[in-house]
Order: sequence, then structure tokens, then C-alpha cells
Amino acid sequence: MSGGGTWRWLREHAVQIVAVLVVLYMLIPIAVIFGFSFNDPAGRYNFTWVGFTLEHWSNAFGIPELNEALVTSLKLAVLATLISTVIGTLMALALVRYDFFGRRAANFLIVIPMATPEVVMGSALLSFFLLIGSFSLGFQTLLIAHVMFCISFVVVVVRSRLIGFDRNLEEAAKDLGANSFETFRLVTLPLIMPGIFGAAMLAFALSIDDFVISNFNSGTTVTFPLYIFGAAQRGIPVEVNVIAMILFFFTCATMGFATWQQRRAEKLTSVRPEQEGGVGAGVPAGAPAAT
Amino acid sequence: MDDHHGETPSVELRSVTKRFGDFVAVNDLSLELERGEFFTLLGPSGCGKTTTLRMIAGFEQPTEGHIRIEGEEVAGMPPHKRPTNTVFQSYALFPHLSVEANVAFGLKRKKIAKDEIAERVKAELERVGLAAEANRRPSQLSGGMQQRVALARALVNLPKVLLLDEPLGALDLKLRKELQVELKRIQRDVGITFVYVTHDQEEALTMSDRIAVMNRGRVEQIAAPEQVYDRPATTFVAGFIGVSNLMPATVTGGQEVKLDEGTTISTSTDGFSQGDRCHAVVRPEKLRVETDGNGNGSAELPRVEGTVTSSLYLGTATQIAVDLGEGVRMTVLVPNADEAERQRLPGGGARVALSWEPEHMHLVRESPNGAPAGSTDGASAEDQSQKLETSQGG
Repeated sequence: MSGGGTWRWLREHAVQIVAVLVVLYMLIPIAVIFGFSFNDPAGRYNFTWVGFTLEHWSNAFGIPELNEALVTSLKLAVLATLISTVIGTLMALALVRYDFFGRRAANFLIVIPMATPEVVMGSALLSFFLLIGSFSLGFQTLLIAHVMFCISFVVVVVRSRLIGFDRNLEEAAKDLGANSFETFRLVTLPLIMPGIFGAAMLAFALSIDDFVISNFNSGTTVTFPLYIFGAAQRGIPVEVNVIAMILFFFTCATMGFATWQQRRAEKLTSVRPEQEGGVGAGVPAGAPAAT
Repeated sequence: MDDHHGETPSVELRSVTKRFGDFVAVNDLSLELERGEFFTLLGPSGCGKTTTLRMIAGFEQPTEGHIRIEGEEVAGMPPHKRPTNTVFQSYALFPHLSVEANVAFGLKRKKIAKDEIAERVKAELERVGLAAEANRRPSQLSGGMQQRVALARALVNLPKVLLLDEPLGALDLKLRKELQVELKRIQRDVGITFVYVTHDQEEALTMSDRIAVMNRGRVEQIAAPEQVYDRPATTFVAGFIGVSNLMPATVTGGQEVKLDEGTTISTSTDGFSQGDRCHAVVRPEKLRVETDGNGNGSAELPRVEGTVTSSLYLGTATQIAVDLGEGVRMTVLVPNADEAERQRLPGGGARVALSWEPEHMHLVRESPNGAPAGSTDGASAEDQSQKLETSQGG
């Protein structure tokens, strides 16, 4: 290939090349973690490649404190996801469907937790808990904190799904004899389910990897991210890489499933009867005004 | 109750008014529909026809007045308790359910036995010709098929009244014509009262037993299609149905009117008294054009004179616009039966006389609700030629 040809090829594929570079940039850290999960480090630090071993994969759950932290994180994430998804969905329904005093304010305030720096929110929550005094710092304060920051994301995701919802479908259900509850259960809920599912996925991901807010409000409870942070002082065991990768693959699988669900739902709901040009559809083109 | 001697009307609206804030969508409306009737609410957008339909369905509650279905008061009753079913303009088929499950939706809510549901759904899908599509999703069907599913989903419940909100509005012209015929056949078949909302005058004329022409929340006329076309009650009805040729006139005697441009014509003046202002209406296809050369009309025929302003070839007919002066403009439709005759039709600028049989002229009142849709000023000329085309199309 001549020099000019190379340049032309580069010019024509510039977008693809940049895209590949960006994706590489984002994926290299994960690739490194993945690679080093097979490392057999000589000392306490898993920073230099020594040799390949499957030992840490076959013995992933061999460190009791790490297991405990992981279980705590999973319990916390599942509970926070369930609670925030239910509350957030109901809030989204209220914000989209009903007009009440303070609706506009609520619509705006709901995004504030997303915009607030985590450090600020974490420390503010800590002083709040200490001020009230009735909460001992631990799993319950972690749960309250996680539910709080997850709700905003759930509301935003579900709300967008509800805004595009064809209200005629609910009227049709009622017209066919369904009461309000049946209408919600049989028509509204199945149709916004992909949105709710996506919101739950997001809440789970946010909760399981939260460090900053958790660090302020955990008391003596140790979550997975807190354990890793603590372990970093004295050398991170390779098992952390292994478990991180397991979590990563698990998340990828659920995300893939969620995307597939969303696509399917969109394919099902997007098809509408094609619109024709109303009354004058039969007018021959170019019939001039009679003047 | 005073309706005990006759049959109870299928649907009865008594002085129904619906306000949205300051806006009066439906204004003191009263209707009585017979059982098994194909009744059409016709009017331009914003005339209150859809709001009226939604009040019968229960999606809107009237601000004032009574709605009765087979004698039972339903105002205040939620839609799921009413013996009505609706076919929506957007069809509103449940996208997450199969065609079969869509049609079975209403029967399941009534807790009907499974075997019976399956049987009735099958029979209904066969009626609309979609038995083979039972297991498909609505999104996999064409617009016309979706429309049929919507119809089957409503009819399978055997409602006392079927409400149709511009059900053919989203379809192309050819399919619309096909489905018009089919809808009419199904309606005769099942014998259910149909309330049909449309803004398409041709559709209304083709399908209805009776038409209520609505304008600004009020009914201007309720009558059979022929009546609405040949004997419009007001200038609005005359203008909205077909092309209006409105000549302002004054009732001068028992059987006589004087057109503003000077001609005096004897005609039936029932419902008018001497001195009343009115409009004389003659449909475009009932007018004859006479040029100086071919004064073949007899002298007794009513006749007005004017200047041809345009002549348009429309395929099946030629449309000639004639200016009578004083802003009165007439449209004449001459069938293109004979090419030689067409060649002799007057062109722009020619002086012509228009004549008609007296029985083809009809007096109408000024619409109480504002200007007629197809008034005789120049701005609506295009409108008129469009409407003419639609009325020709059938």
C-alpha cells in the first residue's frame, strides 16, 4: 500500500479509529484487573507480574473478612434496590400522572441528590444521624443512605418511560371493564416494566460500589468497597481481583439482559398505525385554487 | 319519565354541557339514539364531537345534564361499569398481548368461563377475518388489520353501544373505503347501536342512518344523510357538507323569496316568516350554465347572472366558479360526459346565466354558531375545491 493510500484509509476510518481508542482507554483498567487475577504475586503487593496461577480463582472465597464484606454489600444492594425501586416508581407515577401542590418543586428537587457531591452528602448524612442520635451507625444507616441516593435515579428513569406512555391504552383497559387496579396490573405495569427493571439495575450498581457516602455512615460495618480500601494499605489480596471480576461479569450479564428487554419492549410498543394526510387525501396534486 | 309509551332510546343525552375551565366544549346538547342505529357525530375539529363520545364512554363526566343508556342514568359512572365499548382512533391495542389476548381482555374481566371466552374470541376473529393472526402481536399487523383487531376487541363484549372515534382516520384512502363497507356490514350483522365520530363528510354520508352535524359544541342539524345534503338546516351545515352555493335573500311573501342580487323566486318558505333574512342554497351539480348562444332553459326557471372567474378540469367533471357580484360566488359542477360539450364550456371572463329547477333550491338560516365553514369569500375557494373532490371520489 502506498503512503497516500494509508492516509486515505486513515481519513475514511477516523471515526472508527477514535472509537476503538476510546473503548480501549475505558477497558484497559478492567483488563489489567482481569489479568492480575491470575497472578501469583511474590509478596503482599499484587502490582508486578510474577507468574500464572488459577489458585485464586479456585479459592476465590478463601478470605473470611472479604466474604463477610461481600455478603454485607450484596444484602445492602439488594435491599436498597428493592426499597428505592418501589418508592421511586410510585414517586414517578405521582409526578407524571397527578397534578398536586408542589409537583413542579418535587420534579426539580428529585435531581438534587444526583447533583450533590458525594462527600458533601456523606458528611451531611453523618451529622444528621449523629444529631438525631437514635440511629447507631451500621447496616441500618448504610441502608437509609443508599436508598436515599438511589431513589433519584429510579425516579428519573421510570419517569421518562411514563412520559412516553400512551394513555389511550389505560382508557382502553377501563373501557373493557378493568377497574383502576386491574388496569395498572395488566396494562401499565407490564408496559413500564423494562423501565423499572433498568432503574433497579442502575440502583443496584450504584449501591454495590458506593464508597464515599458509605465510608461516613458505616460505623463498624464493612462493605466490599470499604474492605478493598482498607486492604489497600497493607496489600490487596488477589481474591479481590477475582471477586471484582465475578461481580463485573454478573453486572454485564444483567445489563445485557436489561438492554435486550428494553429493545424488545420498544419494538413491541413503537409500531403505530401510519398517519395519512387527513381530510384532503384525495385531492389531486397541483389542483390550483379557483381564483 | 315520559318515554314509556315508545321504545326506550338506546342512548339519550339531555341538556349535556361540558366545560374545561372557561372553554365550553359541549353546549346544552340533547340527542336520542334508536337501538341498532348507525349514528354519526360530524363536524370540524374542536366542535365537541369527540368530547361527546368520551362522555358516553365515561372518560369525561358532563358538567351538567343527563346521559342515559337504555334508560339507565350513567353520568358519574366510571367507564368500566358502562355497557359501552370504544374503538379508538389510535386503536390502543395492548402491545404486550397477542391478538387473541387483546380480544379476550374484556371477557376475562367479566369472569366468563374459559371455554366460552375461547369460543367467542375465535368467532369474533373469524368475523373480522383475522383467525389466522390470533397468536401474533399487534405490532406485527398492518394498520388495517390492527383496526379490525380493535373492532373485534370491542364487539366481542356485545356492548349495548359501540363508540367509534375516527376509527378509519389513520388509514389510506383505498383501505378506508374498504373498511367503510365492512363496518357497515358488521353493524347490520350485529344490530348494535354505533356512535361514529368523524370529520369526513363523505364517510358520514356513506355509512350513517342519521347524522348530527356539530359546530362549536352545539348540534346544527340531526337528520338522515339525504336530508342533511339536500335540505341543510343552516348555512354551516350547507357549507360543511359538500360545496355550498349560498345566495343571501329575504323572504318577501308566503311562497316567495327575493335574492339580494334582484331575482324573485317562488319557493317553499316553511319555517320562515315574511321579512326574514336567509340564504338560498343550490348544490353545484344541480346548476346549469347558459351562455348567450345556448339559452335552452325555459324562461320560467329561476336564473341569476354572473361572470366566470375560473374553470377547473377535475377528471370526472369540470368545476366552474361564477361571481354574481357583492361577494357572492357560485360553484357549478358539469359532468364531463361529452368531450365536444366540454370544449364549449365558457372560460374565464365570460358572462353566463345560471339556472336551476325550483325544487333543487332550499332556504337555510344563518348558522347561530358563527360563520359557515365554506363561506362564499375567495379565501375558502381552495377548501371548496378540496371538498368537492372528496364528494366526487365515491
